[in-house]
Amino acid sequence: MKRTGVFICHCGINIAGTVDVKKVAEELGKYPGVVHSEDYVYMCSDPGQNLIEQAIKGKNLDSVVVACCSPNLHETTFRNASKRAGLNSFRCEIANIREQCSWVHKDKPRATQKATKIAQATVEKVRRNESLEALSVPVTRRALVIGGGIAGIQASLDLANSGFEVILVERNPSIGGHMIQLSETFPTLDCSQCILTPKMVEVSRHPNIKLMTYSEVQDVSGYVGNFKVKILKKPTYVDPAKCTLCDECTKVCPIVVPNEFDLGLTGRRAIYIPFPQAIPASYTLDDKNCPDPFTTIACGKCADVCKPKAIDYDQKPQIIEEEVGAIIVATGYDLYDKEKMAEYGFGKYADVLDGLQFERLCSASGPTKGHILRPSDHKEPKEVVFIQCSGSRDPENHCAYCSKICCMYTAKHAMLYKHHVPDGQAYIFYIDIRSGGKGYEEFVQRAVEEDGVVYLRGKVSKVFEDKGKIMVWGVDTLTGKHIEIAADMVVLAQAMRPSTGAQELAKKLKLAMDKDGFLAEAHPKLRPVESVTSGMLLAGAAQAPKDIPEAVAQASGAAAKAVAILSQERLFHAPTVAKVVKNLCTGCGMCVSVCPYDALSLKDAKAEVNEVLCEGCGTCSATCLRSAIQVRNLTQQQVAEMINACLGG
Amino acid sequence: MAEEFEPRIVAFLCKWCSSAGADLAGVSRMEYPPNIVPIQVMCSGSVSPLYIFSAFNKGADGVLVSGCHPGDCHYIKGNYYARRRLNLVNKLLEYVGLEPQRFRMSWVSAAEGTKYTQVIKDFVKDLKPLGPQTKLRRNA
Repeated sequence: MKRTGVFICHCGINIAGTVDVKKVAEELGKYPGVVHSEDYVYMCSDPGQNLIEQAIKGKNLDSVVVACCSPNLHETTFRNASKRAGLNSFRCEIANIREQCSWVHKDKPRATQKATKIAQATVEKVRRNESLEALSVPVTRRALVIGGGIAGIQASLDLANSGFEVILVERNPSIGGHMIQLSETFPTLDCSQCILTPKMVEVSRHPNIKLMTYSEVQDVSGYVGNFKVKILKKPTYVDPAKCTLCDECTKVCPIVVPNEFDLGLTGRRAIYIPFPQAIPASYTLDDKNCPDPFTTIACGKCADVCKPKAIDYDQKPQIIEEEVGAIIVATGYDLYDKEKMAEYGFGKYADVLDGLQFERLCSASGPTKGHILRPSDHKEPKEVVFIQCSGSRDPENHCAYCSKICCMYTAKHAMLYKHHVPDGQAYIFYIDIRSGGKGYEEFVQRAVEEDGVVYLRGKVSKVFEDKGKIMVWGVDTLTGKHIEIAADMVVLAQAMRPSTGAQELAKKLKLAMDKDGFLAEAHPKLRPVESVTSGMLLAGAAQAPKDIPEAVAQASGAAAKAVAILSQERLFHAPTVAKVVKNLCTGCGMCVSVCPYDALSLKDAKAEVNEVLCEGCGTCSATCLRSAIQVRNLTQQQVAEMINACLGG
Repeated sequence: MAEEFEPRIVAFLCKWCSSAGADLAGVSRMEYPPNIVPIQVMCSGSVSPLYIFSAFNKGADGVLVSGCHPGDCHYIKGNYYARRRLNLVNKLLEYVGLEPQRFRMSWVSAAEGTKYTQVIKDFVKDLKPLGPQTKLRRNA
């Protein structure tokens, strides 16, 4: 015996203006199985909800259809009202007759007919709905943060300070990310290391943070609240507890390779500390370069001179397994590949640098101790050309997007250059200046007014060497004139791209990426720090190009979202998941292979659903040849009955 | 003069993109013909070929399946499955002699109210000259 109640909302004249609601109510009243049908001016108002509650109780309704606005707006309202009247909330469904009917049509009789069909189809659905309760699972109250740049550091500290245990995984020997390579930061010209190192020290000393450097996430399984993570800890061959940082080992190591921290402007030994303030403060023996890949000889000199006996050649890679409830991905960015910028002479001329290399030249701890010198001849450059949008905003050849931070850091570079070389001249080629941000526009103005930076609107066509100078040819599109500058140094504001390896990691985590490889957020406006996979959150430049304050803000936002998960005793999950009709299942495994969430498996030659992993998408159900797997409350039978109702009459 | 033929269309809209796009068309007060009755599904990947045959069998003159743009699926890859599966459906319908214009797939995101409106307008316009669908219709 079906006892369905139908409630048609006028929504003022929003619905009643184009849909004859009385007629809809009348038609639905005649529909088989409907025992109550009425209309009201605003169903979502308190009196409207009372109407529903009273009818459920008074007429002993077993299911309810509210024909009103989109379910995205008031589904919860009406399900709660049904629940208050003693009905399972899944026995209430919404028929969308506003956004998808009254608002888009003008012909009243036809709109009324369509609204009637939508409501009838919803009646067919709801009467076959199961009464369900939300699934609940316990929560592992620890978090994993992937990436030890500023975003990862901030997220870890926020979580740790909220009382949760954090595992911070960084693939390099030290945390700090790209921010630790910078000299000063815009728009305040704060020394980057000075503001970052206190946070790095806090991470290393925090009782709630387990820091795992030189480590990589290998595999993630599980679901929100209960992830299982495998982390590869690469051997450093140095025991940080014994190492006294005496630096004797680097003095004897015969192998020299380009120093990543200085972006190849200097060399380092095979045993090295990335920079003096590295956290953890210890050396790493780089086993890609030692033993020497050509001679395959391990000389053993470092171990000979190491007085505390901190070097252990027998260290092996370790796989460490951890359980966490939430994951924050903060894998950051790298600069666009310089090999692709051949037109600007990148890689061909030693004095054509990228933005990060220029940062190292400006940095007091850099290869030139803060003096801006040409890498080729160590002379002070008197004319420097900065080229913005190098690789950005160029959909034909490079990246289509704007890298967002380059306008600001190029202004900073030009300013820093003038502070180091007061008699020099800085030129900046730009397409547009994008200086949105607190104090940003003023900063660009300061570069022009106080430091005499010359901004040229146009693109550079060619960079080539001539008599010891780097010739830059371009066009000033404001005057229409061809411009030639004989520069001593060229600095390219290279586009930001997702960091190397982020794509492989995203696949392991089953995170979606946008067309440029940045991690996709769940909603571009309203859920900017969540990924589409619940329990996995995004922070920093891994999601899109952003500057330090934005990365920090997003990291704190991601940490707050993680706290919202970890502070729960148990988590609830929508119960509208797949179910297997065991006697129809032949165990062919096709559903298992298409499930995007690995929620299906075969057990005793029958498909089995992990209800916590299942998101209820129904891909399995469309794949099954025998209709043996169905999504609860949207079964194939329900859809078939809805189709009937849509085409009836 | 005889009344103009109004095709009856069933549209399967995925909850996250196309149904949200249809909602946006409403919020923006765009206008399209009321020939279409929408059925919201979770994902275009959940649209079984059975739904399409069943709709034609019950007398639909046209069937639309609309989902998130390829690569933007809320469920990661459901729409890729939909695309492959429904291409086969398309071929099968053609094989049994149904006009190929009667079945349509579209990708409409939550931000594309205008596109949704256009998809419906075009579909209705294209179906009108075909007249009622009788090939797969069960005799009433």
